[in-house]
Amino acid sequence: MDNLLSVNGLIMDFGGLRALEDLDLHVKKGEILALIGPNGAGKTTFFNCLTGIYRPAAGDICLTTPGGSMSIAGLPPHVITKKGIARTFQNIRLFPNMTVIENVMAGRHCRTNTGIAGAIFRGRAAVKEELEVVERSYEIIKKAGLARYVNELAKNLPYGEQRRLEIARALATEPLLLLLDEPAAGLNSRETKELDMLISEIRDLYKISILLIEHDMKLVMSISDRVAVMDYGKKIAEGRPDEISRNSTVIKAYLGEEFVA
Amino acid sequence: MINFSDIKKSLLISVWFMFLTFPIMVIRVNPIDKIVEWRWLNMILVGAASFIASFAWKHYFDKKEKGKSVKTFLKSGHTVFINNIADKKRFRLSFAFILFASAIIFPFIFSAYQVNIITTALVYVVLGLGLNIVVGIAGLLDLGYVAFYAVGAYSYGLLNHHFGLGFWAVLPAGALIAALFGILLGFPVLRLRGDYLAIVTLGFGEIIRITLENWNEFSSGPSGIANIQRPSLFGLELSLQSAAVYIYFLMIALTLFTVFVVKRLQNSRIGRAWLALREDETACEAMGINKTKTKLSAFALGATWAGMMGVMFAAKTTFINPASFTFHESAMILSIVVLGGMGSVSGVTAAAFVLILLPEYLRAFSDFRMLFFGAILVIMMIFRPQGLVSGARRAYRFNKADDKI
Ligand SMILES: Nc1ncnc2c1ncn2[C@@H]1O[C@H](COP(=O)(O)OP(=O)(O)O)[C@@H](O)[C@H]1O
Ligand SMILES: [Mg+2]
Repeated sequence: MDNLLSVNGLIMDFGGLRALEDLDLHVKKGEILALIGPNGAGKTTFFNCLTGIYRPAAGDICLTTPGGSMSIAGLPPHVITKKGIARTFQNIRLFPNMTVIENVMAGRHCRTNTGIAGAIFRGRAAVKEELEVVERSYEIIKKAGLARYVNELAKNLPYGEQRRLEIARALATEPLLLLLDEPAAGLNSRETKELDMLISEIRDLYKISILLIEHDMKLVMSISDRVAVMDYGKKIAEGRPDEISRNSTVIKAYLGEEFVA
Repeated sequence: MINFSDIKKSLLISVWFMFLTFPIMVIRVNPIDKIVEWRWLNMILVGAASFIASFAWKHYFDKKEKGKSVKTFLKSGHTVFINNIADKKRFRLSFAFILFASAIIFPFIFSAYQVNIITTALVYVVLGLGLNIVVGIAGLLDLGYVAFYAVGAYSYGLLNHHFGLGFWAVLPAGALIAALFGILLGFPVLRLRGDYLAIVTLGFGEIIRITLENWNEFSSGPSGIANIQRPSLFGLELSLQSAAVYIYFLMIALTLFTVFVVKRLQNSRIGRAWLALREDETACEAMGINKTKTKLSAFALGATWAGMMGVMFAAKTTFINPASFTFHESAMILSIVVLGGMGSVSGVTAAAFVLILLPEYLRAFSDFRMLFFGAILVIMMIFRPQGLVSGARRAYRFNKADDKI
């Protein structure tokens, strides 16, 4: 089994509300796994637990990096990012008053190490690293199709481009696993198609795994290798896209009892 | 290009001003004849003046913003190249040269009094640039910045008094001690933001001042420390007059040094982390930036400059006591940052001069000077809430040929 991420028995409580209940999920290397489920199912909460924003009440999250397997549950967010999990947010959270390239360069932070002295004296190593940061960032910006906006402030970008920039910024951290929280929300059909292409391209080019929360079923069916379905904090189904679309439990969760054939 | 909406905006502003200044400019109570005079002419003048001023102001800045572009320091062969608009650079160079030359000859033309005022203004430039790191760049609202200024001043005062250490030895030491205090303040406020952070830092400033005021054995309380040594020039003791000039030049050098360092920090990996922290804390962490380290480094590097200026202040006045380090000072420095434009080096520099020199040169108006001062601040905030210079971001240029990979 070459699982990149194994989640076992994950539990997350908000006061009396159990948002995640005994959740198991495995992400394989190089796959695109879509996570679907009705609003309030706990998908975003799951992402927040994975990235260290929330500390789960119980359960184990295990990440397999080239350096070996390790448990990452409860680690602070910046450590988890450095270990190889990057994400985007359901409500876009860019750095609005920084330029597009600066946003992406900020993503390079955890892969570089110029300190205060390096910043002031600009020694050979610092300049070399800064140059590398600029070039790598620009490369990613071009991939994301944002080259014409390099020096534009992030807040001035059209909505669709802001979504792409968030993905670009996450990519700059060189993740093993990329978490996308409803990347197509608010996009029109043309933009969604472009996003579809971008996501597959990212997977093929960087050879990373992608865990994707999405409501757009056309997008889910076309790009995902597997689909997992959540409802009320539990995983209710998992399988290939065509299996899921015929699964009666899933249809019940989404559409109600009466639609089950 | 004059368009209608600009005129309308300026008109509104002038009406607003006529309204604001109505009580002081139009109505005058004559207590001798017991009548009220209505000076309508004044109102028309105020209206016309503010209309013209707002109109001119808007055009000036519109033009400036259009021509904005910043260059990179990177000189790589293919992807990055420096964007130099030749005549713009020449203009900048000549401007810097004129500024520098007049700074050099200034003390030989003007009196020691004038030199002292400029020196004070320069101290506030550095203080403003220091606080700008914390508030403007990292977005941590610090209302107790004066504490670090006090720490620097007392470092020099005490080390000089007890151990006879000279200015040059204590200058870096004072900066370092202040930086440590910055970290000391940073730890308890790591989890706070916004208003809560402001309140705690305000308290921190007061704690330092009150401690200095009451701990007689340590700091000799409200009577302060007197007879602190002026900076010496290669061991020479200078006369009062030439000491003022010497300190002036020291301040010029220190200001240039500060600008240099702050600019470099701003456009570095650390600077971007600070900005990211200001923009969105959660996203900042999710991008792999260590929030704790970033906050502490901002507090420490901001405090450093206040510590250095504290040493300078003690050396300049030769006497310090806690009364020099009240909240009023913190508020002043914060005004400099806000007026200058959060995160902008040139804006903060200009604002420091405006805010320090204005009350000095308005002395002729005696009691009214603070009123004018307040009015000017209010006017500024109406016309340009983002500050004198809104922080321009560095622009990067790339070879277009390179784009088709
Ligand atoms: N910070 C929070 N505090 C309290 N309840 C929360 C919090 N975040 C999410 N929840 C609750 O957890 C449940 C799952 O929410 P969420 O993960 O956002 O759902 P989804 O992303 O699947 O739409 C919801 O009932 C929501 O109200
Ligand atoms: Mg959600």
